[in-house]
Amino acid sequence: MKIDNKIKDAKINYLLRQGDNALILSQQLSQLCGKGPALEEDMALTNVALDLLGQTRMWYAYAAELEGLGRSEDDLAFLRDARQMRCCLLVEQPNGNYADTMMRQFFFDTWHYFFLKALVSSSDPRVAEIAEKSLKEVTYHLRRSGDLVVRLGDGSVESHAKAQAAADALWMYSGEMFIYDAVDTAMVELGVAPVADSLRADFLEHVAEIFAEATLNMPAADAWMQRGGKKGVHSERLGFILAEMQFLQRAYPGAQW
Amino acid sequence: MSKEWPLWEVFIRSQHGLAHKHVGSLHAPDAEMAINNARDVYTRRNEGVSIWVVRALDIVASSPADKDILFEPANSKVYRHPTFFPMPEEVKNL
Repeated sequence: MKIDNKIKDAKINYLLRQGDNALILSQQLSQLCGKGPALEEDMALTNVALDLLGQTRMWYAYAAELEGLGRSEDDLAFLRDARQMRCCLLVEQPNGNYADTMMRQFFFDTWHYFFLKALVSSSDPRVAEIAEKSLKEVTYHLRRSGDLVVRLGDGSVESHAKAQAAADALWMYSGEMFIYDAVDTAMVELGVAPVADSLRADFLEHVAEIFAEATLNMPAADAWMQRGGKKGVHSERLGFILAEMQFLQRAYPGAQW
Repeated sequence: MSKEWPLWEVFIRSQHGLAHKHVGSLHAPDAEMAINNARDVYTRRNEGVSIWVVRALDIVASSPADKDILFEPANSKVYRHPTFFPMPEEVKNL
């Protein structure tokens, strides 16, 4: 089957967005390895980082294959600059305190869960396969981050205040995934990607449910949302994340170990 | 109140095992988190299909000092072992 070039480019772009989301969040969580608030938490968070890295590889492998330029998964991860990364702004937000880390995770996991759940019935069998494999991991991620948001929100006065501050600060980054551009729309038309509206409704409903249990105030659903990540317009923070992550391949091109 | 989370003992049933086996312990504030933590700490390499957690405080143990009194007498009674009887093939998992 011959795929129109424009459609092919859109699909590669779409796959890279998914891979970049997983990679950058994985990198951020990896930076907490050995620094978790308790040994058990530390390992749990690192497990999530590893799950996301595995998912990154599946998205990149497929993108590289479609692209057909002989680029490897590693090339895609280590040799692209911030402007070429298509992750959403949420995943590049700083780790901050543990409430910040878990709130970022909770917003991401909630979107990720409903997104993958819909993606399982994608018209592209390879995408559906990746979604199905990832969904098992992400179902657990969401259960865990939701549980911790409840514990922080409904915990001590201090943990409640920190969780609320984290929610308020991160909320403006929780909408970008649902704002579709031409690439997303092309994928929806092909039946590869799910429509945004129902995803957003599921997202808001789940966040409301967890926030009620956590005694947290949910920010307004119609609040103004940051965007740009999908197009490669990032905060300066992504540059620092990439600088650390890509240093070795940039300084010693082609180094292997 | 202690700042440390209470200790839990973790038991995992492996893919082919028939019984849960003690694999170690961990800290967690309650049962739900103990299960989550046990999953994250002890089943990372595909070790299990089922997890039990028990508060370490709830385990009653024999005293190490009683070792001789409790177990020594069984040592010299080899006739208590069923090794003198041929087992039928059909009896599995004994």
